[in-house]
Amino acid sequence: MTTLTPILTKNWDLPNSFTLEGYGDYSAAKKALGMEPDAIIQAVKDSGLRGRGGAGFPTGMKWGFIPQGDGKPHYLVVNADESEPGTCKDIPLMMANPHALVEGIIITAYAIRANHAFIYVRGEVVHVVRRLHAAVREAYEKGYLGNGIMGSGFDLELVVHSGAGAYICGEETALLDSLEGFRGQPRLKPPFPAVAGLYAAPTVINNVESIASVPSIVANGADWFAGMGTEKSKGFGIFSLSGHVTRPGQYEAPLGITLRELLDMAGGIREGHQLKFWTPGGSSTPIFTEEHLDVPLDFESVGAKGSMLGTRALQIFDETTCVLRATLRWTEFYAHESCGKCTPCREGTYWLKQVLKRLEAGQGGEEDIATITDIADNILGRSFCALGDGATSPIYSSVKYFRDEYLKHFEIGGCPFDPALSTVWGPK
Amino acid sequence: MTYSPEVRERLETDAKEIIGRYPKTRSALLPLLHLVQSEDGYVSDDGHEFCAEILGLSKAEVVGVSTFYTMYKRKPAGEYHVGVCINTLCAVMGGDQIWSELTEHVGVGADETTADGKVSLERIECNAACDFAPVMMVNWEFFDNQTPESAKQLVDDLRDGRAVSPTRGPKKLCSFKDASRILAGLPDDLAGDGPAASGPSLEGLRIAKANGWEAPK
Repeated sequence: MTTLTPILTKNWDLPNSFTLEGYGDYSAAKKALGMEPDAIIQAVKDSGLRGRGGAGFPTGMKWGFIPQGDGKPHYLVVNADESEPGTCKDIPLMMANPHALVEGIIITAYAIRANHAFIYVRGEVVHVVRRLHAAVREAYEKGYLGNGIMGSGFDLELVVHSGAGAYICGEETALLDSLEGFRGQPRLKPPFPAVAGLYAAPTVINNVESIASVPSIVANGADWFAGMGTEKSKGFGIFSLSGHVTRPGQYEAPLGITLRELLDMAGGIREGHQLKFWTPGGSSTPIFTEEHLDVPLDFESVGAKGSMLGTRALQIFDETTCVLRATLRWTEFYAHESCGKCTPCREGTYWLKQVLKRLEAGQGGEEDIATITDIADNILGRSFCALGDGATSPIYSSVKYFRDEYLKHFEIGGCPFDPALSTVWGPK
Repeated sequence: MTYSPEVRERLETDAKEIIGRYPKTRSALLPLLHLVQSEDGYVSDDGHEFCAEILGLSKAEVVGVSTFYTMYKRKPAGEYHVGVCINTLCAVMGGDQIWSELTEHVGVGADETTADGKVSLERIECNAACDFAPVMMVNWEFFDNQTPESAKQLVDDLRDGRAVSPTRGPKKLCSFKDASRILAGLPDDLAGDGPAASGPSLEGLRIAKANGWEAPK
């Protein structure tokens, strides 16, 4: 049996966990500043840490791509634009433990030789923004940020930058455009940000949880981190359970834990109901069903079953939920958030929304299923960035697992579900 | 109408502080749009002009950016800007019913403001608090685990001037303009208010402690 491993969440029950007093003395950063920068990069490579923002790219390798001795300024940008539907780990992490992030930023910036770092946080979370500003201010006052930090020769400026409501800015190059003061639209890659990122200078962009995990690796060693998780998906991560589950919340565990194990801890599906479908890592990851309860939640195992680990955003839906309604709402989200830069995504999500509205209302026929998967075929792999690809995940997977439910809507000329039954306060 | 000399001077002081944080000045545009929104309750024509002038951009460039982002309002938001999450999970858990009963109760729809200027409503997308569903936000502070009744009571309290507290946030809710100032990068001193974490955020930690589970040493 896999058990929970509170590391980033360990101090969250202290009333002052978000202050230096409740966090600690930045001993990992102190240790790091006494190391060779390349040795830190190597340690993070050895730990096997992979990006916690969804894509799972090896973090140390990303840092290693930054050209050294190139005479250009380097930048570190933290992607704190957490907006993927279902994903709700970075926001409570920054609310309760912002110093883990700031300490991780110091170590990372030192390793990649950046003297300027930014936290790009979504704007719709004012109290988190306050906590970040307060943590950064405390770190400056202690001499953990600024010039010659902790008595070393290393200088680092850290800026908290609030976004303004755009899911697309979670895409790393759109985020860079936004941080440069433009509309947040993705850039063509290559060149990758490691070569031409912020202000066309070498830039590392990492997710909040990735960076916040770095101090624990430096403090305890790469082997300690690699001792958790699975062969290729090492370490721990925060698993976020939401929806029709008895005790939703944040569960920090080694990668490779299963939904069955997590549900056992969380008291199972809400009383009197059964699991119908769930997302392993947010709405952009194809849905799973009951048959996937024992799939190890690591990058490889989830991928082998046709989905993605994503952000470990486990949205759980029971048998009262209409899968067409869920798919429609996710599709409306993608249509709303499509930045408009490329045609397949801009037009495709728009048309998917129109057709799905009709289908959910029971005004479709079997041929419409071919229409939506055909539209999806024209988005997937043909869009400029991953937003378009993600939009096709609920379409394909809902048709794959719940084709009969689509047909049922057409057969009775409406939706066979009562939305009142799905609500928190609905009849038991 | 343009800003009075006093307002302009104050905005310029703030703007210069913000611009000074960035290696390139244009990076300050999003914060400055939050700043002018904190002055007017929306990004006004004056606000656009101010940002353009101080950053050396054309007004068209500034408008092109501000209209891309949903948090910048093109007409005055209410003193309390109320969002109901209608993304899939919150919608299913009751957000749809909350939205429908709340709009009926308040008498305004999406992106509309009550005649008294107190409350505006928005259908918001996922706000990263799914374990607290259904979620509402007021001036971008968390109001977790809502019901149709609590939502209507909340808006009544706001309109009647009664004090309300976010679930995870400051003791007293600040105005939309004040919130915009924080987003501009000029925070108030309320970071210490509210819990570090609560409810679902602590569920895993609680279970780990109860079972004596820890990370490897």
